[in-house]
Amino acid sequence: MSSLTRLLFSELFNGPRTIDGPSIDYLDVEKLKLIAKKYHRKHRGRSMYIRECDAGSCNGCELEIHAVNGPIYDLERFGIRFASSPRHVDVLLVTGPVSSNMTEALQRTYAAIPSPKWVLAMGDCAINGGCFNSNYAVLGGVHHILPVDLTIIGCPPTPIKLLSSLLTLLKVMS
Amino acid sequence: MPDLKDYFSRTHAVPEHKPWSRFQLDEHGWNDMIHQLAVSDWTLLGLWAYGNEVYAAFRDVTIAVVSFECRERRFKSLTEVRPAAARLERTIRDLFGLIPEGIADFRPWLDHGRWSQSQPLSNVHCGIPTGSIDYHFLSTDGQNLHQIPVGPVHAGVIESGHFRFTCSGETIVRLEERFGYKHRGIEGLIVGKNLIEASKIIGRISGDSTVAYAIAFARAVEAATCTEVPPRAHWIRALMSELERISNHIFDFGAICNDVAFSFMLSKCMTIREQILQTNNICFGHRLLMDKIIPGGVTIDLTSEGVRVLSDLIKELRKQICKLADIYDNMPILQNRTIGTGIVKSALAHRFGAGGVVGRSSSQSCDARKNPGYPPYDDLNFDVPVHLEGDVNSRILQRIEEIQVSIGLIEQILKLIPDGSLFNQTKKCDGEGMALIESFRGEILLWIRLSKTGHVLRCHPRDPSWFQWPLLESAIEGNIVADFPVCNKSFNCSYSGVDL
Repeated sequence: MSSLTRLLFSELFNGPRTIDGPSIDYLDVEKLKLIAKKYHRKHRGRSMYIRECDAGSCNGCELEIHAVNGPIYDLERFGIRFASSPRHVDVLLVTGPVSSNMTEALQRTYAAIPSPKWVLAMGDCAINGGCFNSNYAVLGGVHHILPVDLTIIGCPPTPIKLLSSLLTLLKVMS
Repeated sequence: MPDLKDYFSRTHAVPEHKPWSRFQLDEHGWNDMIHQLAVSDWTLLGLWAYGNEVYAAFRDVTIAVVSFECRERRFKSLTEVRPAAARLERTIRDLFGLIPEGIADFRPWLDHGRWSQSQPLSNVHCGIPTGSIDYHFLSTDGQNLHQIPVGPVHAGVIESGHFRFTCSGETIVRLEERFGYKHRGIEGLIVGKNLIEASKIIGRISGDSTVAYAIAFARAVEAATCTEVPPRAHWIRALMSELERISNHIFDFGAICNDVAFSFMLSKCMTIREQILQTNNICFGHRLLMDKIIPGGVTIDLTSEGVRVLSDLIKELRKQICKLADIYDNMPILQNRTIGTGIVKSALAHRFGAGGVVGRSSSQSCDARKNPGYPPYDDLNFDVPVHLEGDVNSRILQRIEEIQVSIGLIEQILKLIPDGSLFNQTKKCDGEGMALIESFRGEILLWIRLSKTGHVLRCHPRDPSWFQWPLLESAIEGNIVADFPVCNKSFNCSYSGVDL
């Protein structure tokens, strides 16, 4: 038996490695509900598509995004998915302190997303610039150029924290 | 052909530069050195500026730093004799306003005309913003060519950068990279910071090599201030560094397979990576090990419980890696895509001084853990694997073998780690220091100058990717567009590390 076959069999019998999803943050739910009224979409399904935009992050946040996409946290079982084109998504997830050189690309990505749309600032940099604040090349936070709906603190936020925030948003949206 | 030591032996050496000598050159000396570079085998390790001085670091059997004060704010370019210098010189021009004379490329590199000031690190004047820049990509002549612009926002969850492909049908004729989108002004930001603030920033240059950067910063500061670090701290640093190396290599291995449509491997690798990150969190309190290494030592100890958890992890890893390597070996549909794809010629890797997986899979054997070496690797027994072919396949095999070497290193570290304290206060004195540290991508060079009060006057971190990105442009020529993602992933160069 080849090693691949052996491994596939053992995976079959061992069952999934995926852990349970985290509970959602009810404080955030209340906050978001206020905004939700403004945007509420009547016939929304129960899924959510996300476009990630790196506006000068150190790649730490991206690594944790990869982790939630992986088999342990398995984002897609909740109907949440990272998409390639901004045209297909509901949510823009921004990482990094927003470098001046990325400003236009970030604005264009936001403009390409159909309304109603949501902006998430992931990580301390995206929230207020983190340790990169006050600099000739950095704006210091996503809120300087886009309306931010939800922030996810941490440097970088853990996958559980990220997952919980995304589930919170999904609950409010649908 | 004189070696570095002989060549500069008659030049004035600056006493406070450690651990290697810095030689001050005049204009004549600088120009002479360039002539010498044309006929010698010295590898360019780095090129940076400070005020109106230009610094360069070279290596043959030893390492030497040279500096040249350009009074007229111009210096003769190294590009003709060391093409790897091109982007570094364009960066010096953008940030400091010092003009490299004789460089063929006059286009700005990091400056996209969007900063609040031009030449932000220049000591002469605060420049007015450059204004919008019309960036011309290099032209290509030929029939039926078309261009594909990609980025800065890519299709996946990737860092930001622009690739301009010129193609003939499916085949890539030329690839040109344009970066700088993620420029955060780190070199300017860090000036005047104390050591703890500075090491926090340095640890966030590239989140995936945060440990290697933190060690580089700590060692450069320790060299400058002549601080002895307790042995146990060295060993804990090495342990963290090897954990970081394995977690990144395993992720890359899976991601490369995923890019040739074998997503099973990525799932397996992500599971293993997650195990490592969770163990990191248990043992050291952070998944990516950020802010655990500071100048003078480390901030967290390894408990006996930690040793047990890590030994279990390592045992499990060794088994899993063998299985995955075996699957890769017996999977012709994978090798069909990886063998012969994206070949880096070893002559070119040598010319650019590329290290890391990219260099070592093209028959370059440099590894900063061996040469110049730093503690505790002198007390550990390990080999540096090398491959000759330089294609995607050899970069995969290189990664698998490096993971196995790192597993062996961790086993030794867990067995031999000495007891003792974790931290010695760094002395408050001025000085210059440099460190070369092996990250999972290759050698990080970090040069620092400290003030008497222990604050940073100038710090230059040089990511290994500076010398690897240009090789990707060459490796991709003649490949099809669909093979670019797999080639790019097999290099896995850093965007944030070169954008700074």
